[in-house]
Amino acid sequence: MPLATTLKNLDRELARFHGRLKAGAIFVALLATTLLGRAFYLQITQHDYYIQRAENNRITQVPVAPNRGLILDRKGRILAENYSAYTLELARAQPAELEATLAEVSRLIEITPGELRRFRRLLAESHEFETVPLKSKLTDEEVAILAANRYRLPGTEVKARLFRNYRAGPGMAHVVGFIGRINDRDLKNLRETGREQNYRGTAHIGKTGLEQSYETLLHGRTGFDQMETDASGRAVRALSRIPPVPGKDLRLYLDEGLQAVAEHAFGDYMGGLVALDPNTGGVLALVSKPGFDPNLFIDGIDPETWKALNESPERPMVNRVLRGLYPPGSTIKPFMGLAGLELGLRKPGDTIVDPGYFSLPNSSHQYRDWKRGGHGIVDLRRAITQSCDTYFYKLAVDMGIDRMHDYLAHFSFGEKTGIDLDGESAGLLPSREWKQRRWKKAWYPGETVIAGIGQGYHLTTPLQLATATAMLANGGKRIEPRLVQAVRDPFTHVWQPQPVVVHEQVAIRPEDLAVVRQGMMDVMRPGGTGAAAAAGAAYTIAGKTGTAQVVGIKQGARYDAGSLSLKNRDHALFIAYAPAENPTIVVAVMVENGGHGGSTAGPIARAVFDYYLTGKRPGTLKQEGSDASD
Amino acid sequence: MPRTNHWLLRGLRHVDGILLLLLVLVLGISLAVVTSASGQSPARISGHLVNMGLALAVMLLMANVPPHLLSKAGPPLYAAGLVLLLGVALFGEIRNGARRWLDLGFMAFQPSELLKLALPLMLAWYFQRNEAVLRARHFMIGGVMLLVPFLLILRQPDLGTALMLGVSGFYLLFFAGLPWKVILGGAVLGAASLPVAWGLMHDYQQKRVLMLLDPASDPLGAGYHIIQSTIAIGSGGLFGKGWMQGTQNQLDFIPERTTDFIYAVFGEEFGYVGTVLLVCLYLAIIARGLVIAARAPTQFGRLMAATLSLNLFTYVFVNMGMVSGILPVVGVPLPLMSYGGTALITLLLGMGILMSVATHRQLNKS
Repeated sequence: MPLATTLKNLDRELARFHGRLKAGAIFVALLATTLLGRAFYLQITQHDYYIQRAENNRITQVPVAPNRGLILDRKGRILAENYSAYTLELARAQPAELEATLAEVSRLIEITPGELRRFRRLLAESHEFETVPLKSKLTDEEVAILAANRYRLPGTEVKARLFRNYRAGPGMAHVVGFIGRINDRDLKNLRETGREQNYRGTAHIGKTGLEQSYETLLHGRTGFDQMETDASGRAVRALSRIPPVPGKDLRLYLDEGLQAVAEHAFGDYMGGLVALDPNTGGVLALVSKPGFDPNLFIDGIDPETWKALNESPERPMVNRVLRGLYPPGSTIKPFMGLAGLELGLRKPGDTIVDPGYFSLPNSSHQYRDWKRGGHGIVDLRRAITQSCDTYFYKLAVDMGIDRMHDYLAHFSFGEKTGIDLDGESAGLLPSREWKQRRWKKAWYPGETVIAGIGQGYHLTTPLQLATATAMLANGGKRIEPRLVQAVRDPFTHVWQPQPVVVHEQVAIRPEDLAVVRQGMMDVMRPGGTGAAAAAGAAYTIAGKTGTAQVVGIKQGARYDAGSLSLKNRDHALFIAYAPAENPTIVVAVMVENGGHGGSTAGPIARAVFDYYLTGKRPGTLKQEGSDASD
Repeated sequence: MPRTNHWLLRGLRHVDGILLLLLVLVLGISLAVVTSASGQSPARISGHLVNMGLALAVMLLMANVPPHLLSKAGPPLYAAGLVLLLGVALFGEIRNGARRWLDLGFMAFQPSELLKLALPLMLAWYFQRNEAVLRARHFMIGGVMLLVPFLLILRQPDLGTALMLGVSGFYLLFFAGLPWKVILGGAVLGAASLPVAWGLMHDYQQKRVLMLLDPASDPLGAGYHIIQSTIAIGSGGLFGKGWMQGTQNQLDFIPERTTDFIYAVFGEEFGYVGTVLLVCLYLAIIARGLVIAARAPTQFGRLMAATLSLNLFTYVFVNMGMVSGILPVVGVPLPLMSYGGTALITLLLGMGILMSVATHRQLNKS
């Protein structure tokens, strides 16, 4: 190749190289601009966002669960308490690491398959930086074993945690209720009511009874420790603390001793009883038999026990006082009588002649009185005393169903009483309008007749009966029943009384009320249907017996308790208050398959009155519960 | 200039002062950041110092090797590299699912590392030989020289290293004068074949790319690295949280933070101002390299200097791009900053070649 050509080529190639150098420099400048642009975006434009993310990484809010409030009876005896026990808890970790730790733990102490299943479920549900309980209520030996082997159990912690204990036992289960593990439905509810944050660090929530209805007060406010944590979730140092606010203690109107007496008085019978203070609406006793052990539910009940409880024909989980629905039967008669007087349909001295039955005009159908041959000449007072059906058949027809409905509605029939427990039933107080709406059918006159003696559509709970009876005792004040008398502030320890809520003051003429009350006093005197229950009492009782039919009795047949199997026997009802002149306690009793109210329900009420008014305890009931502790 | 006869001082004559100053500045920053990122671990700090000393010594050594001798090392090194790559393909040791390592008895060795230097040397030697008579076929032969090791490394599989090697080879061809129409044509062809390439990619490679598009899709898995490093950089702000004050760094949120993710620590503690300073230092090094290339008396020197410079910045871009979340996670260290002996020695060896080119001005007689 000639030298000239070579030199020319060399020059050309060198020029081209310098051009390529420039292109390379431009390329580098472009890449550098990209990098700086990205850095500008991250560090300047998005700085606020990323500094927040970094802070969230660094700072962990560790919830500090508040102590749950106690539940005490009126004398300060503990019904629901907390106790401290050690639990083994594990921090979140990489799955492999976690499995290794679990295996190591199982070698040291016994971990049941159930505990392991629960742990995995809780792990899936828990928040990122919370420790998850693996085994609760560790023995001292287990605590010692775990402490000695801590170095090879990374992420494990033995924590002192508070547990709930229901000291009072099955009889109180329907009042106090129980707490249980927070489930998905609870969580959804907490989220919807904006309380989710307050339950971080809390595993349990009130499920039934007072634990449920006073959940907000009992729970308190969750505190938070601000911790600086590293990437593996380990706390490096504490930054600040918002202390938890403990839940408030509840003091009830209810007397544990009275509750025990009432429960004992039922014997083998099932049923419900509620005792109210007619002046405050305070619930002095609330028994629903059979009960159950609420302690079973706290850490999750096992499926077999749950099935047994839930499917038992005795239905121990149903609170009969709040949710049991029964025809009021003859216990409606004092209220019917009062309605007759107040509506101007009857005067106290008005009498009828009872032939033993009642017939509607132009009808041959006979509505029979319970007493064959009838009661003869009866006025209102006597009609109540002897529970004369014919008197009230006739009164009901004169009144008509709608006026009956409107008047009885003032006594909480067909409406919730407003007690401070959830799940109360409103019962059913029939009317023409109701039947049209519910059944699209006209009201029959015969239905009015039997409504007069509390039969037919009318359904009531024992709690409604007690609330209505309290109005006879206190002169027409409809007070909402309350279990909780006062709540205690956790810091000042001052008991704050809960207000007495008067739902309605019904204007009743005193002379009308006096007639009804005298009739009810006569019920408990010789010749009355409840006389046996009052025999030898040191105070006067006013009451009314009743029966709620379980099986319909055919026309022409008569009820014969002996020929019916036990479960088809009528439910016995009894309402009463004492002392009759100046009532301080009202009782409504329902005894399932108890037959006649006077013979089975009456003595139960009597035992309650005796204990409450005179301190007398049935000889067969041993001293239960501790005495007042504060 | 007064002449001295001491060999050590004579050796220093081949040091490029400007380049050395810039390199030492970046290494100084690196020492500070590694100190912070390692939690002032004495082992890490002293290890890093030893690596730096070793690497600087290698650089000094290389600076004293005249370019014409270096160019002669090209063919044998390239041949040795290819033989070793074949050896890996046949007898290589499988680690982490890829056949990349060769057990030499006393040490495990990745032949692909050797190729990073051998390929540019080989190509520069080749184009030096054909200076002034360049034809299309020379570029085709150059292309084959590039493709053989590229494909061998690709099927190890090691996509990251193969790409970095391919890029350095491409730079050399580019500076040698590869026609623009070929470059543009190749770019169009490459873009068109992207879907095919995607199909040929391994699951974990596809995952890394997908992760880049949406790191939040797997916040505790592979996306964790990108999320935490961008949080670290972004939370640094304009001036940074201060040396040893970065919470993402100190509380272990940044993974691999003395090595591949060291920029996250730097960005968190020194902020945008620090980032700009660091990028400017890199740009100054590149600029110095390009000036050396422009002034180089031989084709070999020109091509080597230019390629090494651009290559350095490519590493910077890929690493910082990955750590700040605009490129997929590939195991590429940040030049001069990341802790790690091999990478630092290889890099400063290249800088030594740059200095050799810069200081051996007389035309070699070949």
